[in-house]
Amino acid sequence: MTPLDFVISLGLISIVAGVLGSLIGLGGGVVIVPVLTLLYHVDIRLAIGASIVSVIATSSGAAAAYVREKMTNLRAGMFLEIATTTGAVSGAYLTTLLPTRFLFILFGVVLAYSAVATFQRRRTAAPLTVSHDRIANVLELHGEYYDEAEKREISYKVTGTKLGLFMMYIAGLVSALLGIGSGALKVPAMDLAMHLPMKVSTATSNFMIGVTAAASAGVYFTRGQIDPIISAPVAIGVLIGATVGSKVLGKITSHAVRIIFVVVLVVISLEMLQRGFF
Amino acid sequence: MRLTRQPPATPEAAKEMEEKIRLTEITISLVLRIGVSVSVLVFIAGIVVMFVHHPSYASFSGSISYHGLTSGTTQFPHSFSALVTSLSKGQGRGIIVLGTMLLILTPILRVAVAIVSFSIEKDPAMTLVTIFVMAVLILSFLLAGL
Repeated sequence: MTPLDFVISLGLISIVAGVLGSLIGLGGGVVIVPVLTLLYHVDIRLAIGASIVSVIATSSGAAAAYVREKMTNLRAGMFLEIATTTGAVSGAYLTTLLPTRFLFILFGVVLAYSAVATFQRRRTAAPLTVSHDRIANVLELHGEYYDEAEKREISYKVTGTKLGLFMMYIAGLVSALLGIGSGALKVPAMDLAMHLPMKVSTATSNFMIGVTAAASAGVYFTRGQIDPIISAPVAIGVLIGATVGSKVLGKITSHAVRIIFVVVLVVISLEMLQRGFF
Repeated sequence: MRLTRQPPATPEAAKEMEEKIRLTEITISLVLRIGVSVSVLVFIAGIVVMFVHHPSYASFSGSISYHGLTSGTTQFPHSFSALVTSLSKGQGRGIIVLGTMLLILTPILRVAVAIVSFSIEKDPAMTLVTIFVMAVLILSFLLAGL
């Protein structure tokens, strides 16, 4: 395979990664890392660097539309970034202290549990109408959005901000430690702990992952993990895919978004366990 | 110090506040759109320059494999000074790294815009929140040695 074949084929695969990543708020890394290592046999360190680039591209590419359409809860997202960025910075410097294999297993189990819990919430996912959460009330984190699939305005209240913050810190920490997109924990934190509607959870996660990834991008850059011939096709492809994905999210039902998210979460969980055990 | 936003006294004031919030959303959306568009153009320019400098890369069935460009020992700029050197030589890889930097800067710029927007909206709590996020981001780059 020549460099030209590599650039074109990787660019096309990245479009798919961008569509999927922007729909479920995970970033493109879920697809990019296995494709680069298993299909193209690229060095794992460079694959992780490319994953960071794809996460930032998905985030900025889709967030432009989500923010304008109020699908993203801007205030809740920015508030929770306090925890994700702090987690990402601490994680980048803990890498050498903790055994990676153990982390992969632990994280695989946590994700499997999140997948089950997210799936079970499918019948009880009605938005809250009252909230006694002090932080959410003071910072006015509640919101509303127009659901194109249901053709109505949906307003919701936010709760569980303290638990949400804690889960976001862990999300930032593991994303830096394991080089995987932190959206896998961000969406359950907003859906399960804070009771945001599913679509708002994935759109807000999508908005936040760019900043979380930016907080560890500096380290990846100076360590020489961001290889230009990989990052260019990944970034361009993912940006195209994310633009398409951001037009789809409004039109499909929250239930469908939840099911796609759960399926992808199960796949990542198995991938983590496999990397931990073998 | 009051942390909550001053509740609007009149319906006109409430409407004005809503317009300000809408303006924040539109500004942030615009910043992201511009950042993304500029970096895509730089990425495309970098790829084109790379293939022009290395015509042997640009065939569908040549003997040159991409593996040499994606191994653990591949050379490419990973510091500011190396980037400047690479750009001054007009290397495609340098242009692509510049595009990556612009892409990384986009979400950071978005946080900066939010600080300004929230302070214009007279929302002290959210202004502090976004300043904190910005401080952590700056710290992350200082710790990385950039």
